Amino acid sequence: MSSNCKQSSSNGNLCSSLKQKKAWESLHRTADGRKWKRVVVFLWLVVALCGLVCALTSSNGGNSERKVETSVSSEFKTQVSLEYCNVSKEEFHALDSLFIESDRVASLACCRESGYEMPSSCTSTCRLKMKGSEKWHKLVAENVEFNAHCPSRDESISTYVGLPLSKNKTMSFISQLAFSSISSGHLWYKENELQMTELHNHATYNCESISFCLAKICLWILAGMVASFNILKLHEKFSSQKHEIIQETPRAQQSQLLQQSQSSSRSTGKWRKKILVVFVLAGVVFSFWLFWYLDKDIILRRKETLGSMCDERARMLQDQFNVSMNHVHALALLVSTFHHGKQPSAIDQKTFEDYTERTAFERPLTSGVAYALRVRHSERKEFEQQQGWAIKKMETEDQTLAQDCNLENFSTSPVQEEYAPVIFSQKTVSHIVSIDMMSGKEDRENILRARASGKGVLTSPFKLLKSNHLGVVLTFAVYNTHLPLDAIPEQRINATVGYLGASYDVPSLVAKLLHQLASKQTIVVNVYDTTNKLAPINMYGTDEADTGLPHISNLDFGDPTRKHEMQCRFKQKPPPPWQAITASVGVLVITLLLGHIFHAAINRIAKVERGYREMMELKHRAEAADVAKSQFLATVSHEIRTPMNGVLGMLQMLMDTNLDAMQLDYAQTAHANGKDLISLINKVLDQAKIESGRLELEAVPFDLRAVLDKVLSLFSRESQEQGLELAVYVSDQVPEVVIGDQERFGQIITNLVGNSIKFTQDKGHIFVSVHLANEVMLPLDARDEVLRQSLNIVQVGSNASYNTLSGFRVVDRWRSWENFKKFSGIPEETEKIKLLVTVEDTGAGIPPEAQCRIFTPFMQADSSTSRKYGGTGIGLSISKRLVELMGGEIGFVSELNIGSTFSFTVTFTKAEANYLDTMQQQCDLAVPEFRGLKALVIDERRVRAEVTRYHLKRLGISVDITSSMESAYSYVSCYGKTSVSEHLAMVLVDQDSWGKDICFPFHNLLKMIERNGSKSNSGIPLKIFLLATCISSTQRKELKLDRLVDNVITKPLRISALAFTFQEATGFGKMGHNTRAKPSTLRTLLKDKQILVVDDNAVNRRVAEGALKKYGAVVTCVEGGKVAVGLLKPPHKFDACFMDLQMPGMDGFEATRQIRSLESECNKKIDSGEASVDMSENFAHWHTPILAMTADVIQATNEECMKWPSQLRHLAATSDFPLATQLCHDLSESNPCSFHVELRLGDFRSAMGDIMINSTAIKQEYLPTSCLSLFSGHMYCAVPLRSEPYT
Amino acid sequence: MEIVGQLQKQYVDFINSLFREGYLDDQYVQLQKLQDDSNPEFVVEVVSIFFEDSEKLLNDLASSIQQQVVDFKKVDGYVHQFKGSSSSVGAQRVKNACVAFRNFCEEKNLDGCSRFLNLVKQEFYLVKNKLETLLRLEQQILQAGGTVPLIE
Repeated sequence: MSSNCKQSSSNGNLCSSLKQKKAWESLHRTADGRKWKRVVVFLWLVVALCGLVCALTSSNGGNSERKVETSVSSEFKTQVSLEYCNVSKEEFHALDSLFIESDRVASLACCRESGYEMPSSCTSTCRLKMKGSEKWHKLVAENVEFNAHCPSRDESISTYVGLPLSKNKTMSFISQLAFSSISSGHLWYKENELQMTELHNHATYNCESISFCLAKICLWILAGMVASFNILKLHEKFSSQKHEIIQETPRAQQSQLLQQSQSSSRSTGKWRKKILVVFVLAGVVFSFWLFWYLDKDIILRRKETLGSMCDERARMLQDQFNVSMNHVHALALLVSTFHHGKQPSAIDQKTFEDYTERTAFERPLTSGVAYALRVRHSERKEFEQQQGWAIKKMETEDQTLAQDCNLENFSTSPVQEEYAPVIFSQKTVSHIVSIDMMSGKEDRENILRARASGKGVLTSPFKLLKSNHLGVVLTFAVYNTHLPLDAIPEQRINATVGYLGASYDVPSLVAKLLHQLASKQTIVVNVYDTTNKLAPINMYGTDEADTGLPHISNLDFGDPTRKHEMQCRFKQKPPPPWQAITASVGVLVITLLLGHIFHAAINRIAKVERGYREMMELKHRAEAADVAKSQFLATVSHEIRTPMNGVLGMLQMLMDTNLDAMQLDYAQTAHANGKDLISLINKVLDQAKIESGRLELEAVPFDLRAVLDKVLSLFSRESQEQGLELAVYVSDQVPEVVIGDQERFGQIITNLVGNSIKFTQDKGHIFVSVHLANEVMLPLDARDEVLRQSLNIVQVGSNASYNTLSGFRVVDRWRSWENFKKFSGIPEETEKIKLLVTVEDTGAGIPPEAQCRIFTPFMQADSSTSRKYGGTGIGLSISKRLVELMGGEIGFVSELNIGSTFSFTVTFTKAEANYLDTMQQQCDLAVPEFRGLKALVIDERRVRAEVTRYHLKRLGISVDITSSMESAYSYVSCYGKTSVSEHLAMVLVDQDSWGKDICFPFHNLLKMIERNGSKSNSGIPLKIFLLATCISSTQRKELKLDRLVDNVITKPLRISALAFTFQEATGFGKMGHNTRAKPSTLRTLLKDKQILVVDDNAVNRRVAEGALKKYGAVVTCVEGGKVAVGLLKPPHKFDACFMDLQMPGMDGFEATRQIRSLESECNKKIDSGEASVDMSENFAHWHTPILAMTADVIQATNEECMKWPSQLRHLAATSDFPLATQLCHDLSESNPCSFHVELRLGDFRSAMGDIMINSTAIKQEYLPTSCLSLFSGHMYCAVPLRSEPYT
Repeated sequence: MEIVGQLQKQYVDFINSLFREGYLDDQYVQLQKLQDDSNPEFVVEVVSIFFEDSEKLLNDLASSIQQQVVDFKKVDGYVHQFKGSSSSVGAQRVKNACVAFRNFCEEKNLDGCSRFLNLVKQEFYLVKNKLETLLRLEQQILQAGGTVPLIE
């Protein structure tokens, strides 16, 4: 209880402290929950401990009680056995002395004659006795000292031995006598022992029941614990589930779900409270039940204890009485044997008196015995004469032996049929000698019954005069002859010679008996004679206050006509059932405590839930605000972009006009700034798009290397200006064509390279390398050379240069991808390939404290960065998202003033074979003539040489590498001597290796070889190129003037630039492409061109017509797609078609498709010669440029666009407007197209449509530019056609 | 000449107010620019096509909205057309109303559609009036022997 109190107080403390912290804790729900859980666990532990301690102590108590009881019983046993031993010993003594006194021979003879009493199975009795004593012995040996009994046996044996006439019969007789006492004692003891075991059992049962109860309680508590934990867990799970659900559901459903969760949580709260109430009620009921159960149990136990005690007492009383009765019986037999059986009588008053006096201890309950002779009236005179006194009559009828001993008071008995005058009496009752027992009414009845039955009979209780106690008289008849066992009463009456009577003092008998027993104080014993059921006579005990129900035990004193019973009751009223009270109060307290705890917990949960809901609401609001912000940003960006494109277009136009230098400069600046702005806006839009998850990647086959070249070309000018080496390397193992989103891939690399350029100033390099992710895992020597070099950065040479691209130190690139989780997750066999792209620079590096937030949008390394370098800090964040979208990871390593290396992985699909073919074809278009050539690269840096080799390899040129001019010299001289089949066509020398001293002899050598070679070989002259990172125009001029080199190739190396330079130097590819016309003004361009305008909107149609006519075009307008298809069926006169996309009936997409299919049919015919050439006029190939117009770019259009050839879609969907123009510019430079030739813009050759513009653009400023691009082959994306969901 | 000057001033004021109040936008200027000697009636032509076309469209719209089961796709198509033509002539307020109208079409909000139909109608007639006035002014200027001033 005290621990409970403590617990509750501590709980209270906790509660109060919790209340104080409420506000703070509502913010820390999880921590709080954990705390509560801990408190609950603690409480449970305490409760469980209490229960355990209780159980232990109670079981201990039970044990000790049991021990006490057993010790008591053993003590008692000892006492009893001792007593009995003594009794039997003394009995023997008495008998012995008696026999010594009397005539032994005669008595022994008599004994032989009157053997009728002895059963024939004497020996068996003996054996029985022995057995019994043995048993006794065994039993006693456990607890009692052996010598308590043993001496007596020895003594008795010695007594037997001491008898001069030790005949079997005597022995057996005596032993029978002894046995009667012993066996009765033994029997009693046995029963007593039985009782003891019973008691013991009961005690153990009690113990068991208590411990069982406790175990039950413990179980209950345990179950409660488990249940409560489950509830807690369930709740947690439920709430977490809710949490998850809420997190997962889209925003639109969130509010609804929130409400649902609110209501559900409210309902669970109610449900929880109900459970709590039920639990508390159940606890209260259980505690009451426990009280009732334990109380009942206690009462029952009390009753049982009382019953057992009472029975024990009754049995003892009965046994003692029976023992006395047996003695009296024995006395009767003695008288019969020695008085009547002998002539003359062996007993006179003196002998009787002596004997009875000496054996009085045997009958401790009798106040006296007397023998009355049966005297018939005929014998009276003779008898009176013989005795010398007259037979007297009892004065009052109801008086008995114990009357006042004044003989003079008795008058002579009147004449009767027969008399029973007392002849012998014990000394204590010697006054009744000569009184006729037949004269008393009770005695007479007694006598009559006794002689008829042959058994001892009892009178009803009456007051004994002397002691004033209640007493009974026991009477035995003495028969003269040997009566058969089944003698009828008549025979018995006739054989009667006298009567032996003994008076019993019942109260003293009972008192003595009770005195012997322990715990006599606790119970009250009453003995009743219930022969007359209606009026029981109280023989012993007082009527005390009623203390509960008495226990009644029947007593059998051997007289069937008389009934006696013993009533026992406790002296004290039962004490209050403390055990039950404690247990139930304990349970009640625990229940209430638990109830309190759970109530508090439920309140807390409710509070926390409320807080959680508020938080959720706030979160939603914040999210909504965030979304609104991004939407605003996106919308604004989008709105800015549209006019901005116009501005740019106009600027472009402006720059094409005749401007003076100043004006051109202004226009260029404006254009450049506008481009920056557009790219920023596109980035913002990208970010918004990625954030809203609307960015979809496409899967298009593309040439990875070409993409890298494009990226490089973007930065070539910048890198040249800054004097940085910019290089790209792609491992041989990376396939030519992969399927993926090339724009996004390019965007990532552009971002990274752009960053690197921004932060790398005036020294070093930027190196982009692409490998398969699996390559990194290969053993060192199996790796590709570049990878091997870059992974083992060592210092080479004395001048602190490293084996990197530029010789500057770089960071260890391993570290940039060591955190990648699924690095080589994709096995080689699958469709997917994983690329590892690394962008390495020797820039300023990222400060360590800024490295953690480098990928956060709008977060730059430090705020001064944007001031110093510009930029918004959005690029890396977009890159990261894109990389993640492409199933890769991005990482970096950076050290201040050494540089940074960014690595990322992307997953692409392997391209199918036919794609590879078409792409290959395109790739090879420019460079078929270099196949099979051989080149020598002289470069002291291995990595750089490898990069050069990579580019040359792409052109089909095989490469040898030497590290210095000297080794090259020897190489070339060797080469000159051996005429190998491969033709050395060119020598590429890096700027760093170039030295004037060595180059002259080298040059001469080469010239010599060239001369020799030109004779023997294909006539391709040997050329020398210088590879330079940055070279001033004067230097370049100087070099050219020296004619030491044929040309200077400025890095970064690009395949197109290389091919062009080679072509220029060798004179290859000069044919054909010199008809390149400078794009003229729009008027000349459109003049007299047949243009078909397809639009369903009359107004639009008219406006377009007007716009085009203004530039001199001949415009035909049609309303629908079907008509347009009819008109554009080859052969036709139209030079171009402007097509609206959204039209009723046949829309622009369908019309375009149909037109293209018609064209291809026609082309086939031309190819096969079916169609006449003049039908197709001058066209070798039908491909009418179709310009798609659309007013609003809605999702549907975009989806439809997806079905268009991907290349067009690319351009249309690209957000990177400058990239697109640059790209187009590059391509158109190498492949200039004329107006009549179909658009041969690399990627766009199979395009169905050619360009898409915003239809409002046609009426506005875009038209000129778009038309220009359309007809000049300059690809110009007037309005990036992207589905913007923000409008 | 004074009349011409007055008319020209009136014209400039009027057209500027139209721009200021958002009835017209830059597109109208573009249209004017497209008009030259080879195509002297271009603006009038386009605008009258616009009027005809729009009235027809508005009728169609009204009838399709009054249908028992409204085909919102159809309505959307009409509005799209209307939007296209109005943006072609530079009737900015009509165009904006159309954009909002289309949102209701997407939502299939009949109430909003009817409300916006009225709005679009209202805007259309407003701009029609204004344009007619404007063209009348132009005609007057031309009749008076002046030239229509170009608005930059």
